[in-house]
Order: sequence, then C-alpha cells, then structure tokens
Amino acid sequence: MQSDDVIWSVINQQFCSYKVKTTTQNFCRNEYNVTGLCNRQSCPLANSRYATVRENDGILYLYVKTIERAHSPANMWERIKLSNNYSKALEQIDAELIHWPNFTIHKCKQRITKITQYLIKMRRLKLRQQPKLIGIKKKLDRREATRERKALSAAHLERSIEKELLERLKSKAYGDAPLNVNESVWQAILDRERTGKNKELEVEGEDGLDMEADETDEEEWDENEEELEDEEEDWGDREFVSDLSGESDDDGLSDLEQTNDGSEQSEEESDEEEEHSDASPKKKTALGKRKAASQPSKPTPRKRPEKKAKRGPHVEVEYEHEMESVPLTKSALASW
Amino acid sequence: MPAARFEPSSIKNKIKRQDVFRKGKKARTQAKLQKRLAQAKLEANDPAQKKKRLTEHIPKTLDNTREFDPSIINHDSNEDSTQDEIAADIATDPFASYFTTDDPTTPPKILITTSPKASKATYNFCDELVGVFPGAEFIRRKKGKGFEIGWIAAWTANRGYKHLCVVNEDHKKPNAITLVYLPHGPTAYFKLTSVELTKQIYGHARATAHNPELILNGFTTRLGHGIGRMFQTTFPPVPEFQGRQVVTLHNQRDFLFFRRHRYAFRSTEKVALQEIGPRFTLKLRWLKKNVPAVQNFGEDPKPLTFDTDDDPFEQSDEVQPEQQNVQTADMEEEEGEGESSAALPQSLNIVPPKQDEYIWQWKPELETTRRTFFL
Repeated sequence: MQSDDVIWSVINQQFCSYKVKTTTQNFCRNEYNVTGLCNRQSCPLANSRYATVRENDGILYLYVKTIERAHSPANMWERIKLSNNYSKALEQIDAELIHWPNFTIHKCKQRITKITQYLIKMRRLKLRQQPKLIGIKKKLDRREATRERKALSAAHLERSIEKELLERLKSKAYGDAPLNVNESVWQAILDRERTGKNKELEVEGEDGLDMEADETDEEEWDENEEELEDEEEDWGDREFVSDLSGESDDDGLSDLEQTNDGSEQSEEESDEEEEHSDASPKKKTALGKRKAASQPSKPTPRKRPEKKAKRGPHVEVEYEHEMESVPLTKSALASW
Repeated sequence: MPAARFEPSSIKNKIKRQDVFRKGKKARTQAKLQKRLAQAKLEANDPAQKKKRLTEHIPKTLDNTREFDPSIINHDSNEDSTQDEIAADIATDPFASYFTTDDPTTPPKILITTSPKASKATYNFCDELVGVFPGAEFIRRKKGKGFEIGWIAAWTANRGYKHLCVVNEDHKKPNAITLVYLPHGPTAYFKLTSVELTKQIYGHARATAHNPELILNGFTTRLGHGIGRMFQTTFPPVPEFQGRQVVTLHNQRDFLFFRRHRYAFRSTEKVALQEIGPRFTLKLRWLKKNVPAVQNFGEDPKPLTFDTDDDPFEQSDEVQPEQQNVQTADMEEEEGEGESSAALPQSLNIVPPKQDEYIWQWKPELETTRRTFFL
C-alpha cells in the first residue's frame, strides 16, 4: 500500500537516511531528488508521482515515476532519453510532463539548464592542459631534508670557495695584472712563484737535508717550501738585490714596503694611491667606498707620501698599468 | 670470570651500579684524552708524523665511497678515445653557441616568472633572482589558456631570450624552479629548498652591478656537466673582476648549493668572504630534451587520406608542418652556431613540441644505495 503521508511523516518526524541536517535547513542526499532540499514537495520517497532529470556519461535522462508502478520497485522509474539540443530537451519535458504540477516541470527544466552548463564547462576544461597535481610525500621530504643538511656540512662551502679562488689567483686566471687583488698580495704571489723556482734548484743541491721530507709526502714538500719562503722574505734584501732583471727591481721595492708596513697592506691605502695617481678612472666604479668600509683604518697611510716622494716613479708606473681594463687573456677564458 | 669482563649492569644495587658505571666511563674518557694529548705533543715536535697519520686515516664518507658511475668524466681512469668522444659531445651540446658569442661581456637575457597565482614570498624570491642574474627580467605570469610554460618559452625564444626561469609555488612558498634553455631546450626542473633571502642573512654585503665570477664545484658526471654548463650560460662569459663577486653552485651529493659572496684576498693563503645572498638549495628532478611540451587536446584529427603509391614520408610531412619547422630550426642551430646566433631573433619561429622527451628523471627507486649520486 502506497501512502505518501505516512512516509513523509516518518521522514520528517523520525528518520531518513538521506537527510542531512544543518542549522538553517535540511538537505537530501537521494540521487533522484530534483532540488536537493528536504521538503514535502521534492522528496522522491514521499511522492508517488515524481519526475527528475539525471545525467549519465554526458547524456541527459528524464526519470518519471507514477503511482501505477508503485507496486514493483524494479520498474518504478521510467527513463526517457533527452535530446542533446537544449531547447529540444525543454520541449521534450513539456511534452512528457503535460498536466503535471508546475513545480515539477519548472524544477526539471532548471535541472536541465544546470547539467547542460556543467557539461559544457567539463568539456572545456578537458581540452586545456591542466597543471599536474602531485602529492606531498612527507617521508621522502623529511629524508631529503636530512640528507641535504648532511651534504651541506660535508660541503665545507666557504672553505671550498676560498680554495677555488686562491687556485684561480695562483694559476693566474685573473690575468697578469688582476683588478681584484690587493697590490701587496699580488706581489707576494709573484715573489712566491719566483722564490719557489729558485728553491727547487737550491734544494736539489742539498739533497741530504730534506731526504725525510721527500719520502713522506708531496704536500709536506709544499709546506716546507712555503716555510723556506717565509724565511726568505725576512732576508729579502740580499735575495732581491742579487737579481738582475728590471722587473725584479720593482718586486724588491714592494717587498721592502711590505716589511715596513706589515705583511698585510690595507686596501684603503691602495685606494689612496689610486686617487693620487689618477682620479678619473676611479669614478667609473663604486668600488672605492666599499673597500674603505671593509677595512679598518690603519696608521700606515701616513707613511705613504714620504715613500712615494722617494720612489715615486716606480710606483706610479705600476698603478697606471693596473688601471687598464680587465685583461682578457686566453688562459683566463679557458679556466673560467 | 676475569675482571676485565666485569659488567656493571650485573650489579643489582642501583646506586652501586650507577657509581661503578660512572667511574668506569670517566676512566675511559680520561684514558682517551691522555692518549690524544700525548699524540698531540708528539706531533707538535714531529709534523711528519701528523702528516703520516692524516694520510693513513682517511675517514670514509659518502663522497669518497661513491658508487661507480660509468658516465663520470675523469681524465685518469677512462680511455683516451672515450675522453675524446665525451669532449666532442660536450663541444657540440646545445650550450656550445654560448661560448662562441661575439661580445662576451653582454649578459644573456633571462626571463623570470612564476607559476600562476603566485604570492608574496615567491615574488620576493624572484626579485632576488633578478638581482643575481645580470641579464634577468621579471614579468608577472598571466593567467588563462595560451600561457602554458611551453608557449611562454616559445615567445621568449622568439624575442631573443636565452633562458626562461619559472619559479613554482606551493603552500605560499617557492618550492621548485624550471629552467629552460632557449631556443631549443633542454629544460631542467629543480626542487627548491632552504631559501634564505639577502635580508635574512646576518651581516650580508650589498651586491653591485658587476658581472660575477662563477664557481661550479663538484659536477663530475656527464649529466652533471650538462647541468653545470646550463648554469654557466645564465651568466655572461667574462666576469668583471673589479666587483669581486663570486657566485657558487656547489654540488654535494646531488644537492646544488647556491651562494653568492664578495671576496678579498688578504694574503697568499687567506681569502676573506662576505656573503651577499640569497642562498638556496636545488635538487634536479628531471631534465627534458626540448622546451616544455604543450598538448592541444582540442586539435582536429588528421584528415583521412587514401592509400597511394607515393612516398609515405612526404605525406606525413605535409600533415605536420609545425614539427617540420622545429626540426629545420634544430638543424640550423647545429650547423652554423656563429651565424645563426646573430640571425636568430628574426628567423626563429619556435613552436613548443607536442610530446615531452625526458633525458633523465629522478625516481626514488633509482637511489639503490645512499652512495648513488647522479650529478
């Protein structure tokens, strides 16, 4: 026995598994509900005469149930395929639901409109290339974060950068008159190279002294070499006077300066010299200011003018040379 | 039972057990300390011994026990013929034209953009990137159809850019970088982590507009060299040494650490470094051969044709004129690097490909051991 009022009183007063309660209104989860609301008019269970529109794989169907088929649930719904054409589908609704309540007709048409619109949108989105969504793998992320941390500590970044820069400096990748090196440091590098060559010759003569060092390691050999050089710089006078080439004269002078000023010449100093020697090329870069900031001021600049008065010509020649543009030697490009 | 094998854990009384254990531990640490002090004293007198110890006891690390990879470029172990082959291979890769430019001081043009709907953190990061690359320019990503990465890459290539850098955003933070070498690829996708902007680095220096030097450390394999060369091409070939700025990309266990410093040579053995920033870490996820593909799903199907006795290849060429264009452009690039690079902006008509072609792709199962590295 079909009794709509009884069903509705149960659904409304007691329980319905399709009912979703919210604070303002109740919704219905039944797929045949034409509006989605829980009320007497649009309840597909409590109405023995009901019609709705559903979409299956992009095709619209009108579902109709009448009281005559209420006794067999298997055949309760009559399914009518609707046209792809929107206006034809509306006409079809009018024809199928003739003499039905206006509410049902109106809601079915509304539903046709809505489904047609979302189908259009779905098809449009399918044609477009969407960004691929990838899930976050927490475990993998955590593992990689740990490995990254360990790799960072194994990298010794600053140390490796320093090593690389020094290597470039010593292999003359910056050219013969580098712009990024302090004058005194560059002189020290050049001296080192020269004394290193001399040392090799000397050491070959007095082989017995350094036998042990020879056997152990090559690195140690280098270190020994450096130590010897350091000593050499202390007695620098004799060493450099004995050399005959014109170029070495300059070096000797600079070495003397070095011993006077301390091993590390301040950059500020060299800036001042630049100003003295030549003002115009300095303006093209903002380097001077930065250099001055990076180095604390030393009392040494006071000594400079005197010395310059004594040995002016040599020093000036050097700096003019240095102010030329970046040397683009073949070796610099190759090792870059 | 000998006294040496006595274990404090066998004592039942808790206070006594703890006491014994503590004493034993102290004795052990003291013994170790004494041994080390003695060693230090000995070595202070005799540096040769320290050298010997250091050369004998090299700790095992993941780096020096790395799994052998046949693509590691090493001039000692491989044969000369393969080395020549590799050298020739490198010389003819897509980046070769960078090294034969007429004006080595002009920075290559780079377009930096974001994923759609980016947020503040990503824009800030992009600003930093613009400061890092001398030829960089930032343009906000437009929304909608037709602004896929592939199309953007094609347009930027036609406008003479050398790189496209897309910063991807997730959870309101930059999380990946896609770097496209233009005009014909490759495309690399990196995971981006540990981003620290200049402002967040304590005691940072200020950058100047000079072209920086570049240090690429630790790229050993063929793939690694490719990635290193790709980064090299983002900077002008000849740096301005007056700036004393150095950009480092250090590869350690496949993590690429990006740093930027200002340096000053203090003495022959000492370099002072001041960080400029930003710093971030990259990890390669995949490398594609071309610019990113754009799939056109709404394309009309190929028209039906009758089977004829004609050459089938001719027919297929007619059907896909776009692909043919790309191929011919490729050929031009390979043949005459010097001429084509000058004439590129006018003649190029790049169209993104339809299919992606992966050169390399990271998968979790590739890492069979923790000592497997790819770069």
